[in-house]
Amino acid sequence: MNALSQPAKWERFFWPVVATGLLLALWYYSVRWTGTKVFPSPREVEKGLAELLRHHVLWKDIIDSLRRVAVGFGLAVLVGIPLGLTLGWYPAANQVVNPTMQILRPISPIAWIPVAIIFFGVGDNAAIFLIFLGAFFPIVVACINGVANVPSVYRRAGRNFGLTPPQLLGRVLFPAALPQILVGLRIALGIAWLVVVAAEMIAVDSGLGFLVIDSRNSGKRYDLVVAAILLIGAIGLILDVAFRRLETLRSVRWGFRHES
Amino acid sequence: MPSMQPIAAPLPFTVKSKLSVDRVSMVFERDGKRTEVLNNINLEVGDGEFVCLLGPSGCGKTTLLNAMAGFLSPTSGEITVDGEPVRKPDPRRVFVFQERGVFPWLTVEGNIGFGLSKLTKAEREQRIAHYVKMVGLQGFERTYPQELSGGMKQRLEVARALAVNPDMLLLDEPFGALDSITRLVMRGELLRIWEAERKTIIFVTHDIDEAVQLADRVVVMSARPASIRQIVNIDIAHPRDISAPRYLELRDGIFQQIGLAHKV
Repeated sequence: MNALSQPAKWERFFWPVVATGLLLALWYYSVRWTGTKVFPSPREVEKGLAELLRHHVLWKDIIDSLRRVAVGFGLAVLVGIPLGLTLGWYPAANQVVNPTMQILRPISPIAWIPVAIIFFGVGDNAAIFLIFLGAFFPIVVACINGVANVPSVYRRAGRNFGLTPPQLLGRVLFPAALPQILVGLRIALGIAWLVVVAAEMIAVDSGLGFLVIDSRNSGKRYDLVVAAILLIGAIGLILDVAFRRLETLRSVRWGFRHES
Repeated sequence: MPSMQPIAAPLPFTVKSKLSVDRVSMVFERDGKRTEVLNNINLEVGDGEFVCLLGPSGCGKTTLLNAMAGFLSPTSGEITVDGEPVRKPDPRRVFVFQERGVFPWLTVEGNIGFGLSKLTKAEREQRIAHYVKMVGLQGFERTYPQELSGGMKQRLEVARALAVNPDMLLLDEPFGALDSITRLVMRGELLRIWEAERKTIIFVTHDIDEAVQLADRVVVMSARPASIRQIVNIDIAHPRDISAPRYLELRDGIFQQIGLAHKV
């Protein structure tokens, strides 16, 4: 295979399947050869997954996790986008808020767990608050940078056609910044999915994160732990792939590099 | 050269004045450094006239155009359009950037209709269709700029500007980024549109041939700080024969004026 040529269609599926197969084999034989009693083999994990599905608890956990992400991420979008656009639009306001934001931004949402529990008690709202925190900053920052990076020709063209400042924001700055905002949203969604699992281990008693910790605590069911972990990965991937589809919308495609 | 006129050639009596630049100077200050960009510019442009601002790169002609559009205000002096001082951008005078100015998130239709939100839907559609046709983009109405060639994007930007029915177009080296063949075609297109619509056109260029091919008058500017060296009347009817003696004479006069030897 020439490095410059496009791989053939079958190769694009074949090699990843081979790699996955090899990893599974490595896992399987590692478990066998070490004779571990704690860590499950792929086969046991598969059985564990089937067991979870049979008892109908899995769907509830998946839906609870997705619901928390939807609410927390949704709130972060609703608050973060208008705030970010405004801060990008008024650099003076941004200068006032920026130092505070730069201090809050690198804090892992996990560190907020005790604070979240004081505010909201143990329950859904605490988890949602943590997801909101995790998703909020990347969205705000993406909007600020997106607006700041809009080429001045677009602003000037907008002003030339007699737009008022709110119209300029809505009809020029927002669509011009949208590709960069989408990148921020995608990062934020990834973080939200990371945070929900952590939050569910501590603040609530349902969801995939709870499933992981509960499977361990109630009888060291590591087959279920690993099943839940793989499921978390698969759902995260699906969310990301689904979100990436937005990048192919015609009105934002210009802002992304796509192989034609 | 007898055909050359002295600085600030007066307008012919029959033409109504559209734009007047009165003793305009511009000084930029950045990091405590003063840069004088425009030095005492005086210019009258008639209604429906096609004027080229010609000068070396970086001489300040784009700054002058920006001041005419209302994006910058002069440090001293005043610019008036129809007797009204220019204070801010206005849809009656539309600035055309090099092709980069079209909005990539809108289709050809969306771009042309951008300045038409006050019209009814039917009027807007009719206006869009008219200008799509005028700039020859039929069949590309739903296409995004990313999929258009450089020349098509430039025509789209001109159409977007014309669609709001301005009195004046301010073009900033609009064909600078195009290849030389497309550029020639675009000059012909612009003249055709100008003859159909009779807008006042101020056209910034550093290309002597382009200026002499297009303009009624060529305003030759000096290097920075820019002042007007000479205003040359191009008294040749369109379409212009670019190998005619009169054309060559005017062109060579400007070459000399700018101080370029005529040999490479």
